[in-house]
Amino acid sequence: MSETLIQTVPSPLHKKKFFDGNMVALVIIVAAVVPLPLLLESGQESVAIRILIFAMLGLSWNIMSGFGGMFSFGHAAYFGLGAYSSSILLVNFGISPWIGMVVGMAVAAIYGVIVGWLCFRYKLKGTYFALATFAFAEMLRIIVQSSQAVNAAVGYNVPLIKGSSWWLMQFPAGSPNYFWLGLILLTGCLLATIMFARSKTGQFAVAIREDEEAASSIGIPVLRYKLKVIAISASIGAVAGVFYTQFYLFIDPELAFGAYRSIEAILIPVVGGVGTIWGPLVGSVLLAPLNDITAAILRNPPPFLDFLQGQSGLDVMLYAVLIILVILFLPKGIFGSIKDKVTRK
Amino acid sequence: MSPIVSVEHLGKSFGGLRAVHNVSFNVEPGEVLGIIGPNGAGKTTLFNCMAGMFPPSTGTVHYQSENVTSWSDAKLARAGMVRTFQLMRPFGSMTVLENVAVAAAARGAKERDAMAQAWEILQRVGLDHYATRTSKDLPTAGLKRLELARAMALHPKVLLLDEVLAGLVPTERQPVIDLLLSIRDNGVTLLFVEHVMQAVMALSDRVLVLNHGETLAYGTPSEVVANPEVIEAYLGDEVTNVDSK
Repeated sequence: MSETLIQTVPSPLHKKKFFDGNMVALVIIVAAVVPLPLLLESGQESVAIRILIFAMLGLSWNIMSGFGGMFSFGHAAYFGLGAYSSSILLVNFGISPWIGMVVGMAVAAIYGVIVGWLCFRYKLKGTYFALATFAFAEMLRIIVQSSQAVNAAVGYNVPLIKGSSWWLMQFPAGSPNYFWLGLILLTGCLLATIMFARSKTGQFAVAIREDEEAASSIGIPVLRYKLKVIAISASIGAVAGVFYTQFYLFIDPELAFGAYRSIEAILIPVVGGVGTIWGPLVGSVLLAPLNDITAAILRNPPPFLDFLQGQSGLDVMLYAVLIILVILFLPKGIFGSIKDKVTRK
Repeated sequence: MSPIVSVEHLGKSFGGLRAVHNVSFNVEPGEVLGIIGPNGAGKTTLFNCMAGMFPPSTGTVHYQSENVTSWSDAKLARAGMVRTFQLMRPFGSMTVLENVAVAAAARGAKERDAMAQAWEILQRVGLDHYATRTSKDLPTAGLKRLELARAMALHPKVLLLDEVLAGLVPTERQPVIDLLLSIRDNGVTLLFVEHVMQAVMALSDRVLVLNHGETLAYGTPSEVVANPEVIEAYLGDEVTNVDSK
């Protein structure tokens, strides 16, 4: 460590700007996809909207498990609490889903903090923490499924209105407004992720993920920040749940709290890039259309895939193959691996 | 002058294992206390108890006349009693600058100030030209300095240094010793566990010797190295010729 270097190294502080590369990328991506619903057919638009929902769900998981290092296997709980909060308020009291969304975010955050506190109180970490989050989500599913107060297994149908209403988040089938609404919400979630990553909370979350004891030894109140990260993550998961319900106009315990939802939340960032801002978006672009692509193949397979006609489950197989390939060749996910290569150059 | 750190009858047991037993000492502001002893003597356990990593089984720790025995490590660190680790524990995915800035932020500095303070500290410890590299890429000597830099970002009044020279080759030790001396000259009280007797003799005002978790000797470096019990239990003959400062 040459003493002369000490005088000559320029300070890296000027690199910290508000409008950084991530913000520029966000503006470009949003601007590029705004006209999309005007160009897509109705079926394609619903795939595009599913990408938006997947991305929100993936971003939610990524905050808690990617940045925060707390592996969640129960993200369906946050999604479901958002979906059910807004549905109950809308169906029973006619309250706007926007207000339902705020309530859902709060409910999910409070639930997340309570479950998190219980887990940390009993020093659950790693696999045990993941299993606890799964168990709590399953518990919620069973409670909702057997509780007449929330329509048990029947769930909720969102009452249809005539015409369009941004206030009630409802538009005629095929309206581009659904996509734009989802895009607004996703933009908010991405913005929240960018702000989180550069915030003190985000930096503390990464420090805790890297080494909890070392983080504590430099004065970071570990428990408080872990719970804060869970609350942020849960709130974003709830937004995904609210939008899902408003788009599909239906929710039931399995769709809201089912284990499959939690698995989706994990797979999206794992494929895209865990602990990166853009990984969940990349993952959702790849995974969300998989059902539709496989359904199309199975409906009318090319000659060499004739044996697949009438079969089902191809999407699950492709999921599995994709995950195996990503884990084998891109262990940091697609975006994560690309980012790694670029920054190492 | 009242002591800045006061340890009274401190003990720690893990089940049937008595790691530290009835250890007492005071440290005056600005003093440097070296803690030595054979492996397994309880030095790191003593540090862990003092730094709030885990509570002692018996005894008390006072810091600035306040009983801090039940304080968490995070609370103690924010109050100015900071420890470093024997095995370096950087936040691997963060840059060197971020590693230090996050400590400054934990003390309460705003983001921009935290970065500026981190940059100043990196210049002081000679890590500024590594500032934008990820910390996991640092060599051992750099990681040792990073541990110190991170601790300094908390504006410590007391530093607990656990084998800060371990793993360094002799040529790398002197710059770190010089750095510790400059930290001491700024009024920081140092307590350090060390096996490198050259550093213990050069830095310490007083030395505490632990053996089997108990105090074997406590005094000035020259008193300690001349103590026959210390020579027998830990030093052997080879270091009795090392000059004290």
